[in-house]
Amino acid sequence: MRRRSLLAILLLALVTWPLAAQQAPDRATPPKAGPPPALHPPATQKRALSNGLPVWIVELHKVPAVQVTLSIAAGASADPAGKFGVASLTAAMLDEGAGTRSSLEIADALDYLGASLTSSSSFDASTIGLWVPTSRLRDALPIVSDIALRPTFPRDELERMRKERLTSLLQARDDPRAIAELAFPRLLFGPKYRYGTSAIGTPETVAAFTPDDLRAFYAAHYQPANSTLIVVGDVTPDGVLPLLEPAFGKWKPASPAAPAAPAPAPAQRTTREVFIIDKPGAPQSQIRIGWIGVARSTPDYFPLEVLNTILGGSFTSRLNQNLREQHGYTYGASSAFVMRAAAGPFVASAGVQTDKTADALREFFNEFEGILKPIPADELAREKNYVALGFPAEFETTRSISGNLAEMFIYHLPPDYFASYIPRIQAVTSADVARVARQYIQPGRFAVVVVGDRKAIEPGIRALNLGPVSVLSVEEAIGPASGR
Amino acid sequence: MKIYRSFLFLPFAVCLLCASALLPAFAQSASPATPSVSRTAQAPSAGSPARQPRWGASAGSPARQPRWGASAGSPAQQVAAAPAVPRVQVAYTQFTLPNGLHVILHEDHTVPMVSVNMWYHVGSAREKPGRTGFAHLFEHLMFEGSAHVKSGEFDTLLEAVGGENNGSTENDRTNYWENVPSNAIEIPLFLESDRMGYLVDSLSPARVEAQRNVVKNERRQSYENRPYGMADIALSEMLFPEGHPYHWPVIGYMEDLTAATYDDVVEFFRKYYGPNNASLVVAGDIDPAATRKLVEKWFSDVKRGMAVDPLSVPAPVLREVTRKTLTDQVQLPRLYLAWITPALFKPGDAALDATAGVLAGGKNARLYKRLVYDMQIAQDVSAFQQSQALASAFFIVVTPRPGHTVEEVQKVVDEELQKLRDAPPAARELQRVVNQTEASFYARMERVGSFGGVADQLNAYYTNTGDPGYFNDDLARYRALSPSDIQATVQRHLPADRRVELVVMPAAGKN
Repeated sequence: MRRRSLLAILLLALVTWPLAAQQAPDRATPPKAGPPPALHPPATQKRALSNGLPVWIVELHKVPAVQVTLSIAAGASADPAGKFGVASLTAAMLDEGAGTRSSLEIADALDYLGASLTSSSSFDASTIGLWVPTSRLRDALPIVSDIALRPTFPRDELERMRKERLTSLLQARDDPRAIAELAFPRLLFGPKYRYGTSAIGTPETVAAFTPDDLRAFYAAHYQPANSTLIVVGDVTPDGVLPLLEPAFGKWKPASPAAPAAPAPAPAQRTTREVFIIDKPGAPQSQIRIGWIGVARSTPDYFPLEVLNTILGGSFTSRLNQNLREQHGYTYGASSAFVMRAAAGPFVASAGVQTDKTADALREFFNEFEGILKPIPADELAREKNYVALGFPAEFETTRSISGNLAEMFIYHLPPDYFASYIPRIQAVTSADVARVARQYIQPGRFAVVVVGDRKAIEPGIRALNLGPVSVLSVEEAIGPASGR
Repeated sequence: MKIYRSFLFLPFAVCLLCASALLPAFAQSASPATPSVSRTAQAPSAGSPARQPRWGASAGSPARQPRWGASAGSPAQQVAAAPAVPRVQVAYTQFTLPNGLHVILHEDHTVPMVSVNMWYHVGSAREKPGRTGFAHLFEHLMFEGSAHVKSGEFDTLLEAVGGENNGSTENDRTNYWENVPSNAIEIPLFLESDRMGYLVDSLSPARVEAQRNVVKNERRQSYENRPYGMADIALSEMLFPEGHPYHWPVIGYMEDLTAATYDDVVEFFRKYYGPNNASLVVAGDIDPAATRKLVEKWFSDVKRGMAVDPLSVPAPVLREVTRKTLTDQVQLPRLYLAWITPALFKPGDAALDATAGVLAGGKNARLYKRLVYDMQIAQDVSAFQQSQALASAFFIVVTPRPGHTVEEVQKVVDEELQKLRDAPPAARELQRVVNQTEASFYARMERVGSFGGVADQLNAYYTNTGDPGYFNDDLARYRALSPSDIQATVQRHLPADRRVELVVMPAAGKN
C-alpha cells in the first residue's frame, strides 16, 4: 500500500511538475548568449566554361530559385572624359534590344517566366543579374545570353532612355537628399575627376550619347577575360554547367581595351570649408561632412570597419545616439567610408530639423573630436561583436551571397576572405582604432555641405566659425539643369 | 502605409556594386502611401517610397493544378508555357500561452540565425482624432527601455551579440523583429517579454518628449521634405471620411504629436499592448521543443491585458469624383487616381492586385507601354492595390514628362481603363502577371527575418486569417483568376465617376 501510494505520488509529481515549473524568469540580469556558432561560409565550387569564363557556383536548395550574375570588372570609373555616364547607360540598355529580340519582347519573355533581370553599373563593375525559379532557368538563359553577348543598342530605345535619365536628373533637383548626394562628391573631387559626378553622368553628357558610344564601351570592356559568372541557388554544377555553356561559352575573347592610365587622384583636403546650398523653405537640412577616404584595397580595412561602426555605422553609434536618441534632431545619423577601386569619400550624414542645424553641426564635430580619444573597452567589444557576429547573416539569400562573391571578384579579395573575416574583425585592437582615427578622421580638414533654407540656417552656421562659408545655388553646386 | 523605427545600419561595406540611386525605379515605383525610410543605407533612393508589401509566399495549392499557358484557344506563345514551379512548404507549430499570447515556431537552418517577430494587433486605426500618431510614437517608446532594461540597453544588448532589429507601424498592426545569431535567442525573448510586461514602469515624460522630436523629424523626412510627400496624407484624407480610422496618416499630424501627453501614452499601452492582443513568431535555426520552453519561460510572468474588441467599421463608399490640387517644390506635376476597394483577402482583392499588374507590372503592361514606352509622355507610372483589414485602396500614379500635362496622361489612363471594362485582357497577359506574382512568393521565402521575411509572413497570415500557413490559399487566389475576372473588377471597382483625383503641381516660379 505504501509503495503504491509513493508511486502514485511520484507519478503525480511527474505530471504536475512541468505545469508548476513556469515560475517568473529571473529578470535581474539579461540572459547571456551561448558560444557563437562557427561561421561556415557556403562552399564555392569554381569551374570554367570552354572559353575560360570562370563560373563560381554556390548550392542553396532551400527555395527552388537561382540567381545568375555576370559580373564585369568595368564600371563608371572607365567612362572616358567627356562621356561620364556611358558605362551606366550601356548596362541599362543591354535589355533594350538583344539578338533578334526587341525591348518589349525581352521584357515580355522574362516577365512571363517570373524572372527578374537587372543590368546596371556602379563605379567599379557592370552587373547583369537574373533571378528565376529553377524550373525556368533553361528558358531564361538564352534571353540573358542575348542580353549579355549580343545587345543591339537600338537608336529609338536610346532616345527613350535618354529622356528618362534627363528627366530623372531634373527631378533630383527637387529632393534635398539627392542634391546633397550629388553636391558633396562634386565639391570634394571636382567635376573632372570621375568620382565627382554620379555614375549616370550629367545632363550635358547624357544629352550627347550616341549608339556608337555605347557600342564602343561595350566592345572595350565586356570581355570574358574581364568577367566572372556567379551562380547561387537550387542548382548543382553538373546540372547547371551544361546550361551555361551554350549561353556563355561561345563568348569570344576579343582584345580588351588597353587599360586607361588612372587619373591622378585629387589632392586631399587641407582646410575646413562650409558650403550652404539654398533650398528655401526646407523643413530639414541635409548635412554631409567629410573628405577623401580610402580605396577598397586599404591595408586598414578591418580597423576602419570597426572605427566606422563605432562612429556612425550602427544604431548605437556615436553619431546616431547623439543626434537622434539624445537630442532628437534627426530620424538618423550615420557615417561611411565609400571604398572603391580608388579612394571614395568618407562622409557623415543626417537630415536634421532646420532650426537645429547649427546645433547638429556642433554635435557632429563633438563626435569627430570624441572619436580621436581612446574607445572604452566595452564599447569596442560590443561594436566588434556587432560586425563579427552579425556576419553570418550575409549568407542567407541567393542575392546576398551573389553580391558578396561579386565583391570578391571585383576587388580581388583572397579566397579565404570570408572565412577570415570574423577573426580579423575580432583582432582589431584599441590601438588600431586610435591609429586609424588619427589618420582618417581629421575634422579640421573636412568639407561641410548643408542643403537647407539659407535664410533660416546661415547665421547660426556662420556663428560656429567652422571655416570659410560659401553659399551656392543648386546650379553652382551640381551643375546646370539642362545640357542643351 | 508603413513607418519604420530606424534606418538599417550596415557595418559591412554599403553595397559597393549598387547602381546609381537616381534612376527612377521601374514601373511600380511611385507608390504614394507607403514611404519606406528604413533600409535606406542599402539602397538610398532619395525618398522613393516602397510598395506596400503583399503578404504571402507560394507553397503550391494542394487543391488546384497551376494554370499554365492560358485557356484553350489562345494564340501561339512566343515562349512555351512556363514550366511548373514546385511547391514550397512552410512547416510550423503553434500554441497559445495561458496569458493569450499566440506563438508560432518555424525551423530553418540555412544560416545560424534566429528571428523573433512580434505583432501587436493594433495600429493607427485605434487612434482617436486629436491624438493621431500615437501607435507609431508608441512603437518608438517600446525601444527606450522597460523595467529590467535600461534606456539604450535594448540596442546595445542586441548589437553586442551581432543582432539587428527594427519595427514598423501600419494602420492595422505594429510589428517588431530582432534577428540574432541562434546562440543568442534568449536575449530577444527577454527584451520582448520585458517590454510587453513592464514598459510602463520605465516610461517617463522625458522619454516621451525625446521620441516625440525623433518622430517629428521622421515625419519631416518622409513627408514635408520629400518631393510629393504631402500627397500621401492628402490621399488618405480624401479617400476616407473624417472619423474613419484610415483618414489620418500613420505618422500623425504635427499638432497631435505636440499635444501627446505621458498619460495618453500610458493609456494606449494598457489598452492595446497585452499578450492577448499579440502574436509571436520565432523562426530560424531553432529546436522547436527547446524554443517552446524558452518562450514559456520568458513570457510566463507577463499578465494578460484588457480584452480588445475587434474593430468593425464599414468601408466608405465614394459617390462622386473628388478632385484636389496641391503645390510642391517639384519640377514635374504628378497625377494620383484612387479608389476604395475590397479589403485584404476579401473577394476582389487578388483580382485588383492582378489588375495592377496588367496596368503597370512591366514594360508591356497597358499603362506603362502606352504612356512611357510608346507615347513617352510619362516619366513613370505605377498601379497597386494597397490591401488592409478594414478596406483597401487602389492607386494609379503618373508623372508626366517635361512638356506634358496631367490632362494628357489622365486621358490615356481613362482610355486604358475603359478598354479593360470593354474587353478582358488576353489570357497570356494575365498569366504573365500571375507568373510574376508566383515568383515573388518564392523570392520572399529566401529570408527568414526582417520585414517581409518568412517570420513576418507567418505572423501576417495568422493575424489576418487565423492560419499562419495561408501561403497556399493566398497564391491560389491568383491562380484562380480568369481574364473575365479582371474585366469585371475594373467595371465594378474602378469606375471613372466615383474616385479620388489628386494633382500635385509645381509651385509658381519653379522651372
